[in-house]
Amino acid sequence: MSKKLRKGPLQVLFWIALIVIWQLVSLIYGPEILPGPIYTAKGGYELLMDGTLLQYIGISAYRVLLGWTLGSLVAVPIGIIIGKVGFIRTFAEPFLNFIRFIPPIAFITLFLVWFGIGETSKVMLIMYATFFIVILNTFTGVLSVEEDKIRSARSMGASEWQIVVHVIIPATVPYIFTGIRLAMGTSFMAIIGAEMIASNEGVGYLIWNSRLFFRTDWIFVGLICLGLMGFLTDRAVGLLGRRLLARYGVVSTTSLKR
Amino acid sequence: MGAVSRSNEIYIERLNKSYSQQQTAGDLHYIIQDVDLVVKGGEFFVLLGPSGCGKSTLLSLIAGFVSKTSGYLRVGEKEVDRPGQDRAVVFQQADSSLFPWLTVRENVEFGLRMKRIPAARRKEISDRFIGMVGLKGHENKFPRELSGGMKQRVQLARVLSNDPGILLMDEPFGALDAMTRRTMQRELVKIWQETDKTVIFVTHDIQEALLLGGRIGIMSAGPSSRITDIYEVPLPYPRDIAAPEFHDLYNRIQAHFDE
Repeated sequence: MSKKLRKGPLQVLFWIALIVIWQLVSLIYGPEILPGPIYTAKGGYELLMDGTLLQYIGISAYRVLLGWTLGSLVAVPIGIIIGKVGFIRTFAEPFLNFIRFIPPIAFITLFLVWFGIGETSKVMLIMYATFFIVILNTFTGVLSVEEDKIRSARSMGASEWQIVVHVIIPATVPYIFTGIRLAMGTSFMAIIGAEMIASNEGVGYLIWNSRLFFRTDWIFVGLICLGLMGFLTDRAVGLLGRRLLARYGVVSTTSLKR
Repeated sequence: MGAVSRSNEIYIERLNKSYSQQQTAGDLHYIIQDVDLVVKGGEFFVLLGPSGCGKSTLLSLIAGFVSKTSGYLRVGEKEVDRPGQDRAVVFQQADSSLFPWLTVRENVEFGLRMKRIPAARRKEISDRFIGMVGLKGHENKFPRELSGGMKQRVQLARVLSNDPGILLMDEPFGALDAMTRRTMQRELVKIWQETDKTVIFVTHDIQEALLLGGRIGIMSAGPSSRITDIYEVPLPYPRDIAAPEFHDLYNRIQAHFDE
């Protein structure tokens, strides 16, 4: 408990120090090259007041959450099937390890051609960014379920279907959870790329469009918003996992003391 | 009684198991070869042998987890080709076989839940066996909150609640400290006497074999392991380690592993 009490003020101090250094460095290079915190805050206030900032954050968050949720929902059952059925895995495994090295950004043009310039192509891109990470984690989890668990369930009369539902899925939950948490990171990368190239709104659009007005402070506003959005969603997902999935062995990363 | 005993009988004749793929007879690398064994219903039979001799393989064959290469293996009236609820397995490692996301009670009720037995009846059964293995008061704990000995008790209660005729136990007390192991051995004998099940118990510990078994089958070192000798242990339970007959049998069995 006393450790926790000392950690809070230290963290505040760290952020204050970071901002002070940022301010000092910006004074050396000038606001066009490196806008300082005060300058950035002014830019942020400007964007907040005309309503664009909240709107852009909203639209980006909406795209990410929708694509990520849909992608995860599709990926988990597929991952379980790939993990469970060796025959399918023989073909799926090399394909997955081939395609996961192709970043979502590389698909943007094709997705625009295939799914149009509207929301569909962006959401599909996020789904793509989520999909393979979650599948890989899920089937790795399925493969690492201990044989003894399956055997004991089987000799206690569980059917193959019951084994999947009552043994394999619960035992795989920590892997699935890690997968969808990692996918959140790639989803943010994908959406920014998509919004830079093919969108008229969103945080990615803000960052990219600000170059036309040489508003480096707005770029910083966008960057900070991205960091905050990622940080907060990750914390929320982590907290949710800890609360709801603790019995499956999902632990928080912050509670690890090494 | 006769009919019950018959159904829990294990009959093994010229049983072979090889994990190699080649089917030409000469090239087969056998884990166990030409095993003959009859275990009567209600008997406590111990399989004793050095590490890696194929004791666990034989147990897995009886459990139906792996399929034989050749030979005959019957449990009750049925030839074994898959796991069945008449044969329950208590594994060596409780951590890998218990379900960590379920509480003690939920683990014990697992098989009953799979059979869709109503909750009230499930509780009745799990209460009985949780009590029998001495875990009363720990029903709502998770396996990670239990000691090694307690986890093995959960495993035991979990299989007993399904009322199998045969208990297959694979060195279940091997990882426990000496004191806990002694307690567990005593209680296992008591539970066996109360429930009238057939037990096949695998161990490499001669003393454990003598404390538990009505008969002890000695397995030769692998590969191509088989049951070379069977000892009757005509001593009453609970067994007295200090008894001269105990000591005498110990030495005779020990002699098998000395050469």
